[in-house]
Amino acid sequence: MDALLFWILAALAVIASLLVIGQRNPMYSVLLLIVSFGALSGLYVLLGAPFVAAIQIIIYAGAIMVLFLFVVMLLNAQHESQVAGSEARFSGGAFARRFGAALAIALAIELGLAIRQLQATPFGGEGRPASTVRDIGLRLFRDYSFAFEATSVLILVAMVGAIVLARKERS
Amino acid sequence: MNFLPEPTLNSYLVLSAVLFAIGTAGVFLRRNLITILLSIEVMLNAVNLTFVAVDRYLGAVDGQIIVFFVMTVAAAEAATGLAIVIALFRHRETLNPDAYTTLKW
Repeated sequence: MDALLFWILAALAVIASLLVIGQRNPMYSVLLLIVSFGALSGLYVLLGAPFVAAIQIIIYAGAIMVLFLFVVMLLNAQHESQVAGSEARFSGGAFARRFGAALAIALAIELGLAIRQLQATPFGGEGRPASTVRDIGLRLFRDYSFAFEATSVLILVAMVGAIVLARKERS
Repeated sequence: MNFLPEPTLNSYLVLSAVLFAIGTAGVFLRRNLITILLSIEVMLNAVNLTFVAVDRYLGAVDGQIIVFFVMTVAAAEAATGLAIVIALFRHRETLNPDAYTTLKW
């Protein structure tokens, strides 16, 4: 059952991500990326990490993607990407495009070869219980408390920065 | 369900590598600032998957905590990145990164 779920979710994630890259309308890209995030969230449940699965949905699909949707709707820029076929969709000249595609394929092959060097490693102890929020919370607030506080400063800076950057300049 | 191979650590790592390559291809190939930001999110998620899979393999929770931090940084990055996109759009009325070449000569 787990194997079947893994392959379905993995295929869903890869296909949705490919479609994100291929869409002409950024609105569809955002919605397809939410599908991809949902599939990844299912994979996190299979990996015994329900907390990560939950925050994946709440933060990524719920908050970040809604932010993207707001901007896509605010800018209403679909019309400019409809000028002409793949010329409009992909950047650079023909050479730059082919070079970029070749680099991406080389990266995929390189990673595949590197992983093939490893033995197929099953997860030790398949019946290992899923990690609980309690474990994560204890670890987070004991050993990673400084990083946690630093993160709150980062969020504050990002918030102020976003407001400053997106503000209309008064003349 | 014996006709499908049981997923191992490698299956998750390969899936993560494929997703990362897709995200990289998006950053290289697309000419829409919003889609480029979305491709960066795909790459961040591929890395998150690696963290959680290795976490399961080692039986620890540290990877999940790092995923938590990655998500926070991704939220900050999306907020500032989109603000920059809005500011750029005000200047040139286009999302094509090829239009912003003032620093190049």
